[in-house]
Amino acid sequence: MDKPENTKTKKLVNKLLIIVIAMFGFGFAMVPLYDVFCDITGLNGKTATEAAQANEGDIDITREIKVQFISQAAKDMPWLFRPEVAEISVRPGETRIIKFYAKNQSSQKMVGQSVPSVAPGRAANYFKKVACFCFEQQTLEGQEEVWMPLKFYIDADIPPDVTTLTLSYTLYDITTKIES
Amino acid sequence: MTTATDAILDHHEHKATGIKRWLFTTNHKDIGSMYLWFAFIMFLLGGSMAMVIRAELFQPGLQLINPDFFNQLTTVHGLIMVFGAVMPAFVGLANWMIPMMIGAPDMALPRLNNWSFWILPFAFSILLMSFFLGGAPNFGWTFYAPLSTTYSNGSTAFFVFAVHIMGISSIMGAINVIVTIINMRAPGMSYMKMPLFVWTFLITAYLLIAVMPVLAGVVTMVLTDTYFGTSFFDASGGGDPVMFQHIFWFFGHPEVYIMILPAFGIVSTTIPAFSRKKLFGYSSMVYATSSIAFLSFIVWAHHMFTTGMPLLGELFFMYCTMLIAVPTGVKIFNWMATMWRGSISFEVPMLFSIAFVILFTIGGFSGLMLAMAPVDFQYHDTYFVVAHFHYVLVTGSIFSIFAAAYYWLPKWTGHMFNERLGKAHFWCSLVSVNLLFFPMHFLGLAGMPRRIPDYALQFADFNMWVSIGGFAFGLSQLIFLAVVIKCIRGGEKAPAKPWDGAEGLEWTVPSPAPYHTFATPPKID
Repeated sequence: MDKPENTKTKKLVNKLLIIVIAMFGFGFAMVPLYDVFCDITGLNGKTATEAAQANEGDIDITREIKVQFISQAAKDMPWLFRPEVAEISVRPGETRIIKFYAKNQSSQKMVGQSVPSVAPGRAANYFKKVACFCFEQQTLEGQEEVWMPLKFYIDADIPPDVTTLTLSYTLYDITTKIES
Repeated sequence: MTTATDAILDHHEHKATGIKRWLFTTNHKDIGSMYLWFAFIMFLLGGSMAMVIRAELFQPGLQLINPDFFNQLTTVHGLIMVFGAVMPAFVGLANWMIPMMIGAPDMALPRLNNWSFWILPFAFSILLMSFFLGGAPNFGWTFYAPLSTTYSNGSTAFFVFAVHIMGISSIMGAINVIVTIINMRAPGMSYMKMPLFVWTFLITAYLLIAVMPVLAGVVTMVLTDTYFGTSFFDASGGGDPVMFQHIFWFFGHPEVYIMILPAFGIVSTTIPAFSRKKLFGYSSMVYATSSIAFLSFIVWAHHMFTTGMPLLGELFFMYCTMLIAVPTGVKIFNWMATMWRGSISFEVPMLFSIAFVILFTIGGFSGLMLAMAPVDFQYHDTYFVVAHFHYVLVTGSIFSIFAAAYYWLPKWTGHMFNERLGKAHFWCSLVSVNLLFFPMHFLGLAGMPRRIPDYALQFADFNMWVSIGGFAFGLSQLIFLAVVIKCIRGGEKAPAKPWDGAEGLEWTVPSPAPYHTFATPPKID
């Protein structure tokens, strides 16, 4: 079995198998790579998952940016979920607090997790959340309600052509995921 | 033990008989034939699903089947045609022809070859079984999350395991082809002397081992998201459904070239043969194929223009995609220049090849239209897309497979096929396939969405014609079945080289090709 053609074949097969395994790994490596890429570029509208430093820069009094709030409970999520106002005007650098109302309409204890998204996506990196209920999970007893604060400011470096910014929250039921 | 002895006997000019011959065979010709028959059966099966789809779409409203079953049919039709018909047909051709074209006695890894074929029927049994066990996959062959995860009808596990097995089969087949081509060429056959079908298949095999593992990865993520609580594509757990589309199309775009590059190799073989001229530019063809393969890795997001990509991303993917038209144009002009002032004769393989060049170009042009990000917003997910990929896959890949089958049938069976029947098959297919797919362009431009069992009334007339074309195209394929069966059972005796303009080592052996060819390598000058 040690004819030269056989060792040649074995070597080549091994090399090709390495490509196969590497590409299988690459498929999974795309998951963290995608997150890093989106973090750097802010492409998919994902905002930071950790609290930002409070703003110490100046407030830009020459511009105002319209910030719209959208909130929805995911499919089959029996919670009420809405912002206290639909829209506010903010000067870049100015820190504001907005409250969101949530109510568990079921009779059981449930855990919710809100996932934010900013449109346009390129504004996501300039939307700084100093405190946000989306950084943690909400546990509500049946029929319990809560007002949840969001403290944010818009980075003064935001591109001048962004005049409106939409912050959308989707609230997901993660009760079973927490249990398992 | 018995399998081992059979295999050894097999190598000594002895053929096992009956079912055992086919189960345990390690002969590249036997395995090639099995691949080709399997692909043809799957083609008819996937085709009959398309017939049901077209019957439902014959007139507006819901007549025959409910929308959920319609979705199952479109999904499984796509999966069967891609993984069950086109890909195995090309692998079958590769098995039959590559060793004979490069002067090798067999494939490099014959036992692996047997495995890569015999796991395929199991993969498709699993996929088809799901029809009877709570419903087949209904999320489209592209299985976008969350359709295949959160909203799955319970068929995701069947789908994932079937795709895993198909993937393993393709990877093993691809490794076998690469090792055969690199290590087993006859002395004197340098890379730039290889027939173009061998070249295109070598590049295809590299694409396969590069992207099939990525497909395996993404279906695994779908599986764990659906059943094991991971959140790769689930926003509530920090995942992202758009990421699914990126990973899937990173596989998906090279995949469409996997299904067309061997077709380029086939027509680059048949057109010179029936034009009685050398191919106009051999090396430009090799380089064009390689550049298409390279570009296929950096264009995937043109399937996703409407996902809200930033302008810069859309521009990048748009220009890269349009760049593919350059090497493809090199090929088209190459074939035209080969035919220019040739002494052309119009045997059936040549008819299919010429139809390929013209109709594939139509598919290429509609692809160019879809590549333009601003207009893609209108075309996206309409029948225009359906028309585009059926032009490149049916009148592209499948027509080339017919050309190859007619070209090599005399070598495989030892008989000439019935020319009159073959021509009937060609003309019926040509007319019906255009009646079937051409009006879809207009339907799409007018806004008819794909993957919907019903449509607005203004689309009714075109859809009726499309359905009639569909039924006619389906029936025409039975003529092909008749041609092949007649050709196997008898007919005019074929000489070693039935086409006077044909070139290549496969024509130096008698017809039908003996069970073992090139036990001693031929001399190449």
